[in-house]
Amino acid sequence: MRDDVAPLLEVENLRVRFGTQVDAVRGVSLTVRKGETHCLVGESGCGKSVSALAIMGLLTRSAARTADTLRFGGENLIGIKDRALAKLRGDRMAMIFQEPMTSLNPAFTVGSQLAEVLQRHRKATRAQSLERAAELLAKVGISNPGLRLGQFPHQLSGGLRQRVMIAMALMCDPELLIADEPTTALDVTVQAQILRLLLGLQRELGLAILLITHDLGVVARVAHRVSVMYAGEVVESATAPALFAGPTHPYTHGLLACVPVPGQVRRGEPLGSIPGTVPRLAPGLRGCAFRERCAHAVAACADAVPTHYRGPDHPYRCRLSSDWAEARAA
Amino acid sequence: MTLKQAFAALGALIVGGVAIVAILAPWITPHDPFLQDLNARMQPPFWMDGSSPEHLLGTDQLGRDYLSRLIYGARISMIIGVLVVICSGLIGTTLGVLGGFFGGRVDAVVMFVITCRLAIPLILIALTVVAFVGSSFTVVVLTLGLLLWERFAVVSRTTTMQVRTLDYVAAAQAAGCSRFYILLREVLPNIIHHLVVVATLEMALAILLEAALSFLGLGVPSPLPSWGLMISEAKDYMYFSPWVIMIPGVTLFVLVLGINLLGDGLRDRLGATRDA
Repeated sequence: MRDDVAPLLEVENLRVRFGTQVDAVRGVSLTVRKGETHCLVGESGCGKSVSALAIMGLLTRSAARTADTLRFGGENLIGIKDRALAKLRGDRMAMIFQEPMTSLNPAFTVGSQLAEVLQRHRKATRAQSLERAAELLAKVGISNPGLRLGQFPHQLSGGLRQRVMIAMALMCDPELLIADEPTTALDVTVQAQILRLLLGLQRELGLAILLITHDLGVVARVAHRVSVMYAGEVVESATAPALFAGPTHPYTHGLLACVPVPGQVRRGEPLGSIPGTVPRLAPGLRGCAFRERCAHAVAACADAVPTHYRGPDHPYRCRLSSDWAEARAA
Repeated sequence: MTLKQAFAALGALIVGGVAIVAILAPWITPHDPFLQDLNARMQPPFWMDGSSPEHLLGTDQLGRDYLSRLIYGARISMIIGVLVVICSGLIGTTLGVLGGFFGGRVDAVVMFVITCRLAIPLILIALTVVAFVGSSFTVVVLTLGLLLWERFAVVSRTTTMQVRTLDYVAAAQAAGCSRFYILLREVLPNIIHHLVVVATLEMALAILLEAALSFLGLGVPSPLPSWGLMISEAKDYMYFSPWVIMIPGVTLFVLVLGINLLGDGLRDRLGATRDA
């Protein structure tokens, strides 16, 4: 989909290692195009957030990041100078964090934190910035923005704070928004509002969104493209319709079986679950990381995993042929 | 008002009172604190027989008005307290915040410097410095200010470590803030309430240490009316005129108590507003 649009974010073979003990991300590749929502899905601890932080250059110093390609809008992010990266961050690429309760500085008012972003990147005056902040607060659905600008974060609810975070991310009209589980910490009703808001803003502003989530319901609603991550790898990547119609990697299969879909789940039958947890990844792991939990694992799974294609734009990393599920069902 | 709040209010009252008296010293002292009157030596304070209405708190061994000396002494104590806290606060906070924020090697160096500082005997250093350059007001402030920063460093280091991992610091980085900016705007304002409490404790300690140094003859030189010096000079007369040592002693105790009460109150209050 939208292959004609040049990619905004290109990541190839991204690897992150913490110390010598843990390989958190092992060769992630993904592409986000302008105006596209790319969802990164997976269980806790599979490297989604670390990948996002690595792209933004926000990893702690104990982490070692390598990549074959890491390009954003024509800028090479590998070996970029701190100053140049700081210029990009908050201006052309912005990030929303999972925990709205702690993502705002408690010592300053909402208005001053919002205004600051524009003052820094656009050299705008304080008054201009505050005007822009009020405009954006209104856009993200906050009533009485003038009042909110003068309030401190502890005076706002979680949903409001997340909206403020979104407004802050949008202050400079970024091209790419990385949202790390933006709705996980919120009430279900607020979740839906925030998602609608993000989609609306995307349509309006042509924003590219890299959305990290473990919620397949969210993915089904918003994603154009989905990358399923497991144990630091992208195990399957496809357009959202293709993935939901034909999940091919056994892990994707398992994930989808865990979600109740009205009309598809038979009454009285338990929902699926995947036994075990994401393994802790010591360096030098060979073969498929999912094999311990996979019902289709054979001895060959301990060898190097091939990348197969279900469609031209639908790679998956498993030895199974693309029609194994249909063959079994038949 | 709870008992805690009452104590805090008492502390604020004492510190505020002493501060006002210290500021207004030249206008409210009944006599020149340096003026000697050998005919009116060792006059007792107002609650004892034979006191003179001229000298409410009596006079010292050189006939100087005790009340005036006490008021000027408050000035010296407060100025030394404030200057020492500013000096040590700057040093300690800078070291602590740098170590806590950057971690790794920087932190190792900071910890080493703190450990070294803790191994330095303060009185011995003061003695050495005075032996080399002589005692003066500046020497006392610098000696204490350059040596009393370890609590600032330890507290700011730990609190910075806690703040550093919070999302809003990462969010600020994601918004393109420089490290220096993050230290100044994201970290410092969110640890300052801990440092305010440390500052009160350090101020009380500085005032006590100044008195101790002056008592040992290593502090501010005579005839400056420091409370420690007054106690030191009074010790020869305490058997026959115990009030000459009691008055500055009690004042010192009350001021230090007041500062500590105020510090406790500030800690409770600032902590409470943060958690809201």
